[in-house]
Amino acid sequence: MPKTLAVNGEEHVVDVAPDTPLLWVIREQLALTGTKFGCGIAQCGACTIWLDKQAIRSCVTPIAAVGTEAITTIEGLAPGRDVLHPLQQAWIDHQVPQCGYCQSGQLMSAAALLAANPTPSDEDIDQAMQGNICRCGMYQRIRAAIRTAADRIAEASDTSE
Amino acid sequence: MNKWTRRAFIGAGVITGGALLVGVAIRPGRRVDKLAALVEGEDETLVHAFIKIDTDNSVTVIVPHSEMGQGAQTALAQMAADELDADWEQVRFEEAPAAGEYALYTIGRGFLLKDVDVPKVLIPTVDGAMMQLADSMGLQITGGSMSVRVTGMYGMRVAGAATRDLLRRAAAAAWDVPTEDIETNRGELRHAASGRTARYADFAEAAAQLKPTYTPTFKDPSEYTIMGQSVQRLDLPSKVDGSARFALDVRLPDMVYATVAQAPVFAARVASLDTADALAIEGVLGVHRLPETAFDSSIGGFGLGESVAVVASSYWLAKKGLQALDIQWTQTGHESVSSDSLYEQFAETLSTGADVAADTATGDVAEADARAAYRIEATYRVPFLAHTCMEPLNATADVRDGRCELWVGCQNPLGFRHTMAAVLGLEYDDVTVHNQFMGGGFGRKARADWATQAALLAREVGRPVQLIWSREEDVRHDRYRPAGMSQFRAALDDNGALLAWTNRYTNKMDPPDAPLIPYAVPNQDIGSLASPTHVPTGAWRSVDHSQHGFFTESFIDEVAIAAGRDPFEYREQLLSEHPRHLAVLQKAASAAGWGTPMGPGRGRGIALQESFGTIVAQVIEVTVNNGVVAVDRVVAAVDIGYAISPDGTRAQIESGVLYGLTAALYGDITIENGAVKQSNFHDYRAVRMAESPKIETHIINSGHAPGGAGEVGTPAVAPALANAVFDATGVRVRELPLSKAAAMLSDTDAA
Ligand code: FES
Ligand code: FES
Repeated sequence: MPKTLAVNGEEHVVDVAPDTPLLWVIREQLALTGTKFGCGIAQCGACTIWLDKQAIRSCVTPIAAVGTEAITTIEGLAPGRDVLHPLQQAWIDHQVPQCGYCQSGQLMSAAALLAANPTPSDEDIDQAMQGNICRCGMYQRIRAAIRTAADRIAEASDTSE
Repeated sequence: MNKWTRRAFIGAGVITGGALLVGVAIRPGRRVDKLAALVEGEDETLVHAFIKIDTDNSVTVIVPHSEMGQGAQTALAQMAADELDADWEQVRFEEAPAAGEYALYTIGRGFLLKDVDVPKVLIPTVDGAMMQLADSMGLQITGGSMSVRVTGMYGMRVAGAATRDLLRRAAAAAWDVPTEDIETNRGELRHAASGRTARYADFAEAAAQLKPTYTPTFKDPSEYTIMGQSVQRLDLPSKVDGSARFALDVRLPDMVYATVAQAPVFAARVASLDTADALAIEGVLGVHRLPETAFDSSIGGFGLGESVAVVASSYWLAKKGLQALDIQWTQTGHESVSSDSLYEQFAETLSTGADVAADTATGDVAEADARAAYRIEATYRVPFLAHTCMEPLNATADVRDGRCELWVGCQNPLGFRHTMAAVLGLEYDDVTVHNQFMGGGFGRKARADWATQAALLAREVGRPVQLIWSREEDVRHDRYRPAGMSQFRAALDDNGALLAWTNRYTNKMDPPDAPLIPYAVPNQDIGSLASPTHVPTGAWRSVDHSQHGFFTESFIDEVAIAAGRDPFEYREQLLSEHPRHLAVLQKAASAAGWGTPMGPGRGRGIALQESFGTIVAQVIEVTVNNGVVAVDRVVAAVDIGYAISPDGTRAQIESGVLYGLTAALYGDITIENGAVKQSNFHDYRAVRMAESPKIETHIINSGHAPGGAGEVGTPAVAPALANAVFDATGVRVRELPLSKAAAMLSDTDAA
């Protein structure tokens, strides 16, 4: 049965088996390939996207469970063309990615954290990022980059006030 | 740096649109025994490099190595660009296609034919011979930390320096001044006296008319402006916005998806197959039996067995189809094999003592043993390990009309091209490999088994197929880091000085120096015994160093403790003939505050391992609580010769440390009833953010030839960790992973 999805601010009509995980709909039907497959069982976080502003594992979210929520993928994280999300900029400044394969998921988890909690403690960061594996082991840089982004967001809102 | 000889071939020319292209192919080199006769020195390898200067003065460096994630391509581009004196802002790189012209032709002409100009009619013949040669050499492999050490030093820098030299000579001729008076800076030529300047691109055409020199002048390290700088990696912007294209992201018109089930017990074949339920699923297009190919045999000659693939309109439907299959597998005779039975087999092998392949035999171990005051023995063992690259294995193939196109992320594109041609019975020229970014490689992606499956499937279905392995297949059908066992015996005199070191271990692979020790022990007897398993094995980040680091650096710790000495000072004393090792060890110890007291339940361990030309020492601090080991801090000192990009080096050390930590703490592929038991990250754990320690990397630029970086952070982790656990608890862990020792460790907590 055809179904309408709101992805990165655009509507798409898809027609797939209702048990198909959102991950594969995004990657195959919508050709938004920034969201990755790593385990298929909600263990690695590579497939992390947002339903509204909640980070979820799209590999275990059947399309039937998705309603009218706004879906955001890594392609929709930046606020506009040629503007990076503060986390994306911090990721470059700290040279976070190695192979880069896990990083879409890491960024979506981190961005959900900062959206909900702009001043996270180290424990908050650990907890929010615990579902995201990086086999290249870039955790130290990820943590530092989240800190940097949080600081910059705080500075920006200070000066804008 | 001083190995530059006329064994190089340099060619220059103008290509479409007036761009200057300079290519270098160098043969100090080989890696494979049967080619030894063709080359002059030991441990040498073939490399090739190309630089292109476009009319807009931009520089493209074409690098012959794949990007697994280490930033090697950026480091190689830095090396070429610096010797060229390019403007780094204008430098880009491209990965060389898996194509003969990047490797074979120039090498054939330049080296193997000793600079003879080959008549055009003969070129196809030469290329044919060169292809076979490149195939057997595994040319273009990214692994063994070769990229910077070999390609960079002998290829990239030469290409850069030779290009700069051509441009200077061209400018000198045009301006009628001596070449020595032409200076270069950031992509510009300048004659100071007359004040004339020009962009490199302005002399591209003129430079191409000149004969390249075989002896370009290299910069002195003090003149480096790009090497030694922590430049930003050129590939990262695409890795933060989802646009980097990995093999899994390939999208082709009319493409279908497939997934595969392989013989759970390696070497099994399909006994019966019921496809009815699978084919009844809407969207499932077909079920295909895939034969074992000649390329599937693993070390020891055991096969991998057959597989069954389901092709469907989406991966999800292919996966559902696979689950609906009823596959019965043949008996292989390996059904009774377990991890325990393999350890018993290894112990049995070692106890026979027959057919030892010697690594080193110096002095007289028996005589030293006989006069020793005391002797220490210990046996260690390590399990199989999977690679679990973040990106599960996948490949996309289109095989039609006698041609094969393959999209894959692999460590050996040229080798894959040859394998595809051989498996499909095609000509090499009819195969194209499009190499993509790899979501991790770690050694796994040098073997073509999964890509072969994709190609065979694509041929059967006659349209493009993207084959994706589930994580479960990836864990259960790896080429594992071998399980192994290592036995030691040391002989000491009254003062605790080491008189003799004997070591026997199972299944040697590569590199040969992995079990050797840097310590001054007058009598040494180190050797291996073969104990084949049906479990397929292969290169795993740092290869044999990954297990031997644990073996030798745990045992030297035991020896030091038995001698009543501090493990750091004991090592220090044995390194008087190895000043670089000594400096690295001391740096790690001092940076970590070795010797300062630690609280209860806490401990500190040290280890030292040279691999791939880089020397690494690590001090690890742990807290042990109820048998659970928490890793608090890792201090690494690294003599890498010269760090091309210091921050890149640090990132790779961090990565290697974490990879080693996951393995040392949790990594355990076990065999039950002949098959691998684990299947995904829930039972094959990886270290996560909360468990990841603070890592400090101290780089020593000793000025020696650059060593590798991608693998060298891994070997010292497991021994430093086990040594730290001993320091904290008094319990010596001789088997990995550490999680297995939890019960033993919590007993001591209570005591
Ligand atoms: S692919 Fe979804 S959590 Fe791993
Ligand atoms: S950057 Fe490679 S898995 Fe995270």
